[in-house]
Amino acid sequence: MTKHTIAPTYGLVDEKTSAAISRRQALKGGGLMLAFLAVGRRKAHAAGEEPSLRAIGDGSMDTGDAFEGFAPGGFIRIARDGSVQIIAPNVEMGQGIYTAEAMLIAEELEVGLDQVTVLAAPPNEELYKQPLLKSQTTGGSTSIRGAFDPLRQAGAAARLMLIGAAAERLGVPAAELTAERGVVTHAASGRTLGYGDLVEAAGKQPVPQDVPLKKKADWKLIGTPAKRVETASKVDGTAVFGIDIKLDGMKVATVMASPTRGGTLKSVDDKAARAVPGVVDVVRLKNAVVVVGDHYWAANQGLQALTVEWDTGENAGITTDKLFADLKQAADAGTPILGRREGDAPLALAGAAKRVEAVYELPFLAHATMEPINTTIHVTDDGCDIWVGTQVPTAAQAVAAKRLGLPLEKVRLHNQLLGGGFGRRLVADSIEQAAEIGKQLSYPVKIIWSREEDIRQDLYRPAYHDRISAGLDENGRPVAFLDRITGGSVLGAYLPGGLPEGTIDSDAIEGAADTPYAFPSVLVDWVRKDPPIPVTWWRGVGPTHNVFVVESFMDEMAEAAGADPVDFRMSLLKENPRAAAVLRVAAEHAGWGSELPPGTGRGVSLHGAFGSFVAAVVEAAVGEDGTVALKRVVAAVDCGQVVNPDTVKAQVEGGLVFGLSAALFNSITFADGAAEQANFDTYRQLRIDETPPMEVHLIDSDEAPGGIGETGTVSAAPALTNAIFAATGKRLRKLPVSDADLAGASAG
Amino acid sequence: MKFDLAINGETRQVDVPEDMPLLWVLRDVVGLTGTKFGCGIAQCGACTVHLDGEPIRSCVTAVSEVGTGAITTIEAVGETDVGRKVQAAWLDLEVVQCGYCQSGQIMSASALLKATPEPTDADIDAAMSGNICRCGTYPRIRAAIKSAAKA
Repeated sequence: MTKHTIAPTYGLVDEKTSAAISRRQALKGGGLMLAFLAVGRRKAHAAGEEPSLRAIGDGSMDTGDAFEGFAPGGFIRIARDGSVQIIAPNVEMGQGIYTAEAMLIAEELEVGLDQVTVLAAPPNEELYKQPLLKSQTTGGSTSIRGAFDPLRQAGAAARLMLIGAAAERLGVPAAELTAERGVVTHAASGRTLGYGDLVEAAGKQPVPQDVPLKKKADWKLIGTPAKRVETASKVDGTAVFGIDIKLDGMKVATVMASPTRGGTLKSVDDKAARAVPGVVDVVRLKNAVVVVGDHYWAANQGLQALTVEWDTGENAGITTDKLFADLKQAADAGTPILGRREGDAPLALAGAAKRVEAVYELPFLAHATMEPINTTIHVTDDGCDIWVGTQVPTAAQAVAAKRLGLPLEKVRLHNQLLGGGFGRRLVADSIEQAAEIGKQLSYPVKIIWSREEDIRQDLYRPAYHDRISAGLDENGRPVAFLDRITGGSVLGAYLPGGLPEGTIDSDAIEGAADTPYAFPSVLVDWVRKDPPIPVTWWRGVGPTHNVFVVESFMDEMAEAAGADPVDFRMSLLKENPRAAAVLRVAAEHAGWGSELPPGTGRGVSLHGAFGSFVAAVVEAAVGEDGTVALKRVVAAVDCGQVVNPDTVKAQVEGGLVFGLSAALFNSITFADGAAEQANFDTYRQLRIDETPPMEVHLIDSDEAPGGIGETGTVSAAPALTNAIFAATGKRLRKLPVSDADLAGASAG
Repeated sequence: MKFDLAINGETRQVDVPEDMPLLWVLRDVVGLTGTKFGCGIAQCGACTVHLDGEPIRSCVTAVSEVGTGAITTIEAVGETDVGRKVQAAWLDLEVVQCGYCQSGQIMSASALLKATPEPTDADIDAAMSGNICRCGTYPRIRAAIKSAAKA
């Protein structure tokens, strides 16, 4: 049994000493990237247009100045006792970012991962604004892309300042000193100084303006499968997620919002609820009612005992059929906004030897993070404290401050570990609601949404209706590629000011306008049709939707051309060696082309998104009764330089499961304006007995780091439905698979 | 109503409604928050604890049904040989992502290995299919159970 010496090495920035991270100290870095402060101009990687998950407002605040020690900027603090704290600019929601960001700093700071404690960053746009997203936000598979250089530079600068201080103390040239595991050594004299001995002097050193970084060959940590810093606490029950917060005098509340989106509260009879033992209060909001209890059980029993009437509002008549009919009508009659045009695709299509056309539809999807939505809030005369796990700490702080009429600095947001994000926690709707509840109560309250509320009141991945077509020449080579996407604007729903009509939403076309393939002519456009249901980011964002359509259609084109799906793709990748390489590696490891039992098929998908390339091969069997069994998944990944290869593999495995789960089973449907799914019985998830063996192969690469968290999810659905086609000859152009009748379709 | 519960080797007296699920007694009254709320209807397994060594879904187990049975939660499962091996295998293979479901996964896995020290894939399917993981750690859970069985 391996002994794990990586003890509790994560936590919150402690309130009294938190501080360190003051604006003044950050600015000491001048032009150097000691915080994200100065890196806004850096264009990370040519991965097309970066997603603009811009947070609401600017939550700058000074976090005080109480830390004693060496705190060069926002990411690093070294105390007199030599202990090293790393403040991770991104939030930990399972993707391993606390570990990866600590590795980047520790590599250059010359400390071991076992010597550091990782802390959640407080809300502070000045210090933690994510360079690609331009706000303190974790999402869009951007964290490592944004942090790779700045965090290494911060570590290196701090090391140089510590060495500079040691050089003065020892009276030797800095060039004669080396640093390792938090100790500076003068080899010639055998003298050593610990980082803790140097903190005061290091703070007085000039900030180096030119910081050379280690060569890849000299890396000790980056590129190794280092153990995660926070997982020990997640196997013994000591990890604290937002939902685990305990405060003196705290009550627990649960919420019922109008089941019809846009509905408002008309009347509440709370007599029976107040009679439930343990019920403390009933709070009314404009569109919701809240029961507060001594514990969640009392609150929930109280909520069930309410008699509530709603003004259902203008969405009362909404049904799934109507929503899809609206999309179809928009596709017919709406004005498309140009996404990408190369050559004259309509003309090339008209003159093509063969035309292929198809319509694809994708459903609304919920996030269903394992940790249901929750917020703990305490509003006092002195301001407000909020404990929550959020992907947008500054936006959450800002929205609470606005609701409470408080200045930002009076809203203290304590970010916690997130029990899953997947985009759900990029929106602070529930924190805004918590502020409305908290201001009516004199005591701290933990507000927990039931799973039913979590799914019914989610902000969904929008539904889409896409019309895609291609022209082939007499040799089966594509001459035209056209994709008309119709759906709501996630970016428009997310940006504080919305997205002006007539403006392209980069998310709506991502994965369609920028396929890995060399098509002689391309026309991709988008008809905007915002649904009356709130929508937001969902794992894999734009590419999850578009790559399903494009990669399914690539198989349709290959079929029309009489070509093998892998060969067909490969023939269009001559100018894209990274995409070709992952396709080749995935196909080889999957045994592409080898014999399979009857009723079993292999499907492939390929994409280049988030600065990475992924090919996946799914093997699936379709039974006589139409049930689909997953047999094996093989993926090949080129995400550029890798910080932690084990985490990359875990993210791809998990992303694939997330995508397969949705593709097989999930859609949110509406009747009478309300979501029809509410819990894991009606919104079911892939389980261990349904999950096949998985292999993830990483391509060795010196390219800039790409994103990884969303990539597996993007790969999943098209590889699955292409496998079902290979097994049955039946092309699925609608998800989920469980809605399709595959009985008797199997070739077996 | 007063109940004397045997939790992790200690007797804890609680005064709660008799239909209150054990989950909320543990989390909101006793203060053991390692056991998680995921669905409230025994669909996800995040709330799994042991009652006399058997895995139960505490979100649908009324406190009045528990009687004098010995309750073990994630906070104490590491005090058993099997629990310790499972936790170690989870860390060795880096099973955990967000971690929210893992308390329940580990409680289910520990109960499986206690009853079936050398589980087959079918045994793992049967024992673990009640535990949902949205991060998709299932392949590693399977590998870690096999690894713990050999430890």
